[in-house]
Parts: sequence; C-alpha cells; structure tokens
Amino acid sequence: MAPLLPLALDRVTLEIGGTRIVSDFTLKLGAGTRTVIVGPNGAGKSMLLRLCHGLIAPTGGTIAWAGDPAGRQAMVFQRPAMLRRSVLANVAYGLKLRGVGRDERERRARDTLARVGLADIAARPARVLSGGEQQRVALARAWALAPEILFLDEPTASLDPPAAQAVESIVLAMAAEGTKVVMTTHNLGQARRIGDEIVFVHKGRIAERAAADAFFRAPATPEAAAFLKGELPW
Amino acid sequence: MQTFAEAFAAAAGLLADGDLRLFAIVLLSLEVSLSATLIAALIGLPLGAFVALARFPGRRTCVVGLNAMMGLPPVVVGLVVYLLLSRAGPLGGFGLLFTPGAMVFAQTILIAPILAALARQVVEDAWAEHGEQLRSLGASLPQSVATLLWDSRFALVTVVLAGFGRASAEVGAVMIVGGNIDGVTRTMTTTIALETSKGDLPLALGLGIVLIATVLAVNAAAAWLKETTARRYG
Repeated sequence: MAPLLPLALDRVTLEIGGTRIVSDFTLKLGAGTRTVIVGPNGAGKSMLLRLCHGLIAPTGGTIAWAGDPAGRQAMVFQRPAMLRRSVLANVAYGLKLRGVGRDERERRARDTLARVGLADIAARPARVLSGGEQQRVALARAWALAPEILFLDEPTASLDPPAAQAVESIVLAMAAEGTKVVMTTHNLGQARRIGDEIVFVHKGRIAERAAADAFFRAPATPEAAAFLKGELPW
Repeated sequence: MQTFAEAFAAAAGLLADGDLRLFAIVLLSLEVSLSATLIAALIGLPLGAFVALARFPGRRTCVVGLNAMMGLPPVVVGLVVYLLLSRAGPLGGFGLLFTPGAMVFAQTILIAPILAALARQVVEDAWAEHGEQLRSLGASLPQSVATLLWDSRFALVTVVLAGFGRASAEVGAVMIVGGNIDGVTRTMTTTIALETSKGDLPLALGLGIVLIATVLAVNAAAAWLKETTARRYG
C-alpha cells in the first residue's frame, strides 16, 4: 500500500453562504510529527480539520493525499457522539462498519478499552458515562481502527483537568505507535505538551508554522505574539 | 347524565358477562390495528429515516407531502382502497374486499405516512447529533439509516403508538372496506357507529369505554417498556 502521508493542501478555500471562512490554506502534513493547530475562536481551526478529514469539500484549491485515505484516518470531536448501546458496542461499531467479524471486533474493542483504562465498564451504556469517560470511549473507537492519521477537534474543551490529562496521555500513546496526530486546541499548555510543531491560524489564514519550541519562545508574526500574550497559558 | 350512568353500567355488564361476541369484536379490532401498525412501521420508519438522511432533488417536496399525508381523511382512504379492491378494480382478483385483510390494508395506508413523517423528524434530530461521527467512520446511507433507527428506538416507540392510536380510533376506512359484517369485519368503532344510529346509546357508549380502556392499556404497556429500558441506556 502506498504511504498515506504527506497530506498536501494547496490554496484551499472555503466559502459558506458568501462568507469566506478559510482563505488560501497551503500546508503539507508529513508523518511522524504531532501537529497542533492553535488560534483564536473562529479562526478556522475546526474547518481546517474537517477539510483535511473530508467532512466538507473545499470551494477552491486542492487537498491531496499521497495514498488512498479510505479507512486509514479517524477523527475525534469536541463532543463525543455516543450511540445508545454499551461502551463495548460503541468501540466495536467502527470496526463493524468496516466489515470486521463479530468475534474479531469484540476482541479488538476489548483490547483498546483496556488501553484507555475503561475495560471494567465495557458493558455499561455509553450515554450515562461522564464527559471524560465518553471522550475516552471516542478515542478508543478511533484507536480500534488503527488509523494512520488522527484528527482531534478540541477534544478536551469541555473536560476538567484530570479528564483532559487522561485524553492527552491516550493521544500521546497513539502517536507513539506511529499515528500522525493533528489536533486543534485553545489551551496553550496542552499545545506545548502535545505539539512537535504548531500551526497558527488567524482570520482564516495560516499565519505561521513553526517547531513548538521556537513558536512559544519567539513567534515570528505579531499576530502570534499577541495571541500568546493574550491567552492564559494554563 | 342518565345515558352516561347507563353506559358505565352497560360497559360493566358487557365485561362482567364475558360476552363472547364482545370479546370477538375487541380481538378483531386489536388484530386489525396492530397488524396495520406493524406493517406500516416496517414501511414507514425506514422510509422516514431515508428521507431524513438522503439528499435528492425534490426532497423538500417529499417532506411536505409526507407531512400533509398525516392528515389523510380515513373515509377517502377507505373509498380509494374500496375501488382498488372491488371486483372491477386492479386488485380485485385477491378477493379481499369485506375481509379483515382489506381493513388492515386501508389502515396501513392511513398510518404509514404518519409513521414516516414522525420518524423523519426523530431521525433528523439524531443525525444532527451523530451525523459527522457516522460520516467520519465511513457509514454508508443504509448503514446510517439502520444505526439511527436503532439509536432512536425509544423515541420511535412513541411514534408507533401515535400510529396505533390513529388506526384503532378510525371508523371511516374500516367501515367502507370491511362493511361492518357481524362476526366477520365488525370492530369496536364500526359497532359504536352502528349502535348509535340504531339508538342503543348505552351499548355504544359502553363499547366506547372498552375501546378507550384497550388503547390505554396498550399505551401504558408500551410506555412502561420504554421507560424501563430508556432509563438504562440514557
């Protein structure tokens, strides 16, 4: 199979109802690094992820994978959408869609649940779990698919610090296994912990892209400097 | 007021006697309406879910049409089914006219649009919550339809009950296609209409009380089932 990455965006534009949400995104995402996208609310971070993942089509420009992305990518959303079934069935659901047999998908779902620390609640209905547990189930659902690239859209935005930390360690574990991580966040502490490189998005444009150390030490653009100053690095 | 007192006495008398004819009428009414509800659910629920998720030209018109068909007048449906099933009609060869089968047929046509229109609304709301996640996981249209129907099962119980209520309460369609033949196609509603026109108001009202009690019992059973299972799944 041809390698999936890099993913190349070339002058990608998105207009919805005459409003330009995203302008001229040109970006190449290679394997290996953990990419964190930061920027103010409404800058176009979420749209960038959705465009890459293929949930929305750009109105201009091109998005090209090196290999065929079908079945090789996954996404975790800010609000985990849990189906009205058990935790185990939620994790196995993605595998079921891909035609994995019942025994095999149950085994893989159990394995993955163990890795996110939820093995003991596999039989519980997913929708009665806490937000943090639901997000870990969503991560397990993505992990069970063994994606080559994982998109995360502010996965800890509505979680308390311990739950956010649990999510972060799962993301790092997936990255350590070779999954390319592309995550948005407005939490700069998290961006430091997760990111090898930072993509700074401002007003629908990619304003800056730099290694994480360099970005936080000395941002190259005044917008990024102002953003780092304004946001509390908790 | 005299009439109501007599009616309750008549209803109590009918039930206390364990009148076999009454029993047969109640049983036939339930058989016809439950069969029609089952068939209409098998057609209407997937149809509604499909209309909720599929994007095709004329979809909006289709939704308006479905909603409008919720108000189909039973007598008109009865008349059309009568013409279809009458000896000279296109379906005359089946010899269904004036049989319980004809009554099931008419009631199915009457309530399938109700189930479809209400299911569309329910599934559309579920899609708003799960749509992105399902697309991200690569669910096809039929897979999404099946998943969301199952996920909305508790809300759909109420939808199906609305259909059953409509079927068991209507008199116009069953009267025309069934013919109100004693011992063959006489249901609770047609008997009530007949006894009223004959002037036996206590008997008519007594049957009315039995009808309401029956519908109440079915609804209570379904509500109990829904409550106990829904609480478990959140």
